[in-house]
Amino acid sequence: MLMGLFNHWVVIALMMIGLYIVIAHGNLIKKIVGLTLFQTSVFIFYISMAKVNGGTAPILADDIIQYSNPLPHVLILTAIVVGIATTALALSLVVRIKETYGSIEEENIQDQDNQTFEQSNSQKDSKQEKQA
Amino acid sequence: MIAHLPALQVHLPVLQVIIPLMAAPICLILKRAHPVWLFALITSGLAFVISVLLLQQVMTSGVISYELGGWQAPWGIEYRIDKLNAFVLLIITSISTIVLFAAQTSIEKEIPKSKHTFFYILYLLSLTGMLGIVATGDAFNVFVFLEISSLSAYALIAMGKDRRALWAAYQYLIMGTIGATFILIGIGLMYQMTGTLNMEDLSQRLPEVAQTRTVFTAFAFVIVGVCLKLALFPLHLWLPNAYAYAPSIVTAFFAATATKVAIYLLIRFTFTIFGLSFSFTTIPLQTLFMALGLAGIFIASTSAIYQKNIKLLFAYSSIAQIGYMIVGFSISSVTGLTATLLHMFNHALMKSAIFLALGAVMYRLGNVQLSSFHGLGRQMPFTMAAIVIGGLSLIGVPLTVGFVSKWYLLLALLEQGWWPVAVLILLGSVLAVIYVWRLVEVAYFKEPLSDQVPVKEAPMFFIIPIWTLIIANIYFGIDTRLSVQVAQAAAMSLFGVTP
Repeated sequence: MLMGLFNHWVVIALMMIGLYIVIAHGNLIKKIVGLTLFQTSVFIFYISMAKVNGGTAPILADDIIQYSNPLPHVLILTAIVVGIATTALALSLVVRIKETYGSIEEENIQDQDNQTFEQSNSQKDSKQEKQA
Repeated sequence: MIAHLPALQVHLPVLQVIIPLMAAPICLILKRAHPVWLFALITSGLAFVISVLLLQQVMTSGVISYELGGWQAPWGIEYRIDKLNAFVLLIITSISTIVLFAAQTSIEKEIPKSKHTFFYILYLLSLTGMLGIVATGDAFNVFVFLEISSLSAYALIAMGKDRRALWAAYQYLIMGTIGATFILIGIGLMYQMTGTLNMEDLSQRLPEVAQTRTVFTAFAFVIVGVCLKLALFPLHLWLPNAYAYAPSIVTAFFAATATKVAIYLLIRFTFTIFGLSFSFTTIPLQTLFMALGLAGIFIASTSAIYQKNIKLLFAYSSIAQIGYMIVGFSISSVTGLTATLLHMFNHALMKSAIFLALGAVMYRLGNVQLSSFHGLGRQMPFTMAAIVIGGLSLIGVPLTVGFVSKWYLLLALLEQGWWPVAVLILLGSVLAVIYVWRLVEVAYFKEPLSDQVPVKEAPMFFIIPIWTLIIANIYFGIDTRLSVQVAQAAAMSLFGVTP
């Protein structure tokens, strides 16, 4: 029972580790690592699901009777491509964030945003006071 | 050419998605910003014509099933157009076309010239993704198109000129990817139990295995994933900043369509694939969604009242409006679903008009802070009048579309005898009065600040699309035949009731 579902245990462990990193870490690159881990766990899940015990690759030959389901493999190829695109986009966003904020720490970025927000507000207030 | 048209008609479902997809790379060849804009506009217009033809065909002769590459469903990928998705396709393509009309003027001030071509490419890809999600009848295809539309959306939002746009896009990317991956897990679990990905086939095979833990888990993953995408309270955190700091055109387009597509997915998964009895009887979805919808209306509307950035204000109002759609959905009656579908259409009309008008303000003033609106009612009369009428529609004043959908929502609630909820819905509208009034007060009853440079009315490229949408807001508020008829027919077919 435990060993039979070995792949699924791995999937769940990886999934939880990935999600935890995304939530708990403030470093933007680490968050992306977590996200990739999370996605990879789903790839493994699809691939394990398709495996048939004793089955081989689905090749049209006389001596092959039992073969694994090829469809989930193909689906996951698509999902891997999507995953790469997501990671590439996320990394390029982080590069731009580093360029404009000078930091890739979530806390630091939020502090900077709050400061500009307060500054612009206080400017506006002083304007209105002058008006009055 | 004309002689081939009837032959083309068979291929309309796939042309709907393929045309914008093919048009996107062609933009790269055209290169210069102006021809690319015209080309994108024509592409989107063509998609709009196709969606009108599809809706007509569906209303007269029923469901259209199109097999991609001639491979028979459920083995091949099937595009299945029924009344529900024909209606949503029409919403997406019409709003996209009208918004694109103002695009060139608006992005001139907001996006560097070298990026204009890429802007249109991403816009068309995002449109492709949304149309694909809605048109397809294959569960895995939904995931692929979802990622096409989301990835282009992240890049579009990051184009905003404020640096906070980058941070907003990053947050949206993290949340959106988690949501999409959740949907992927759900689809995988469903495939594991049934061995099929075709929605129609799934709906027939799932009931046999409905009482297993795997199917429950699949349902949970799919619903949470979709709710992340549609920004249901409390999964809405990515939305306000993404909408507030994205380029104005992108906000107008996404506020009107992106969340609607996610609500379509929610309806498709719960009603068609899992089935009414599983979604609402086996699983207590009704109480949950009713509570979350109402909480969303009140919390988001209250946050809207305190915003100083007007784009942020209307972004919070979007979350509240999603709450109304979710309440209608959770009633799970024909009238309730009609109200939700109507509100999808109506909310698209009002929000795209308001955000386009804010785009016009952005064009003239360079920001949309509340303090910049002082005396703007006299300086930009057409733009401000549009925002006011859009705001009245948000509140639900008679003779606007907002009234029609709220009326149906109230009818649906009273039909079930849930009058406390009906009272709460009306109280929610009062909050909308407050946040719209704050803007009206500043724009019409305050003198312009002394250091404020007087501005002219927005250019024609803004006024025409804004007022097209506003007139549609009023027209469909008075003559409700088209919208109500289609929404009702779609709701009835989902419940399996024959009119």
